[in-house]
Amino acid sequence: MAMAAEDISRLIREGIPDAVVEITDLAGDGDHYAARVTSARFRGLPRVRQHQLVYDALGGRMGGVLHALQLTTIIADQP
Amino acid sequence: MTDEAQDRIRNAVESTDVLLFMKGTPLFPQCGFSSRAVAILDRLGVNYQTVDVLQDAAIRQGIKQFSDWPTIPQLYVKGEFVGGSDIMMEMYEAGELETLLAEKGVAREG
Repeated sequence: MAMAAEDISRLIREGIPDAVVEITDLAGDGDHYAARVTSARFRGLPRVRQHQLVYDALGGRMGGVLHALQLTTIIADQP
Repeated sequence: MTDEAQDRIRNAVESTDVLLFMKGTPLFPQCGFSSRAVAILDRLGVNYQTVDVLQDAAIRQGIKQFSDWPTIPQLYVKGEFVGGSDIMMEMYEAGELETLLAEKGVAREG
């Protein structure tokens, strides 16, 4: 099973509205992605919580249909 | 998932200073992310133990609920969940993993 990059990006932005999401298809196979997610909501949170926010946005797909997502979270400058 | 699995996980993380839940073994990791996690711990020269979740379906499912974390590998230091391989890599590159181990008083190999 695999997910399209646009779907991953859309789900993350639905869960974290201010998120800027860059998806890279690492292997070109639609199954191994890297995501860089930038959001002001990460501010003050430990890395584990930052990643959990993204995983929550993906609604249980992580580790399921979305098998390999390398995740980097970046704290956005306050607007 | 049974409470028995949660109890086993709790006992394991509380009785081991550095514990990595992974797919496969340090010599034969069965997944690129687990392989990366092992490489980081080896580079740090820290004593660690591993649990191969592929050998135990109850642990494989149970650890995801225990940590509220959807993927393997997962690193625990002194009973505290540190993160998966991405967080390990970020912390390693920033020198934070070394700091964490030192703060927690984890023994290092010479």
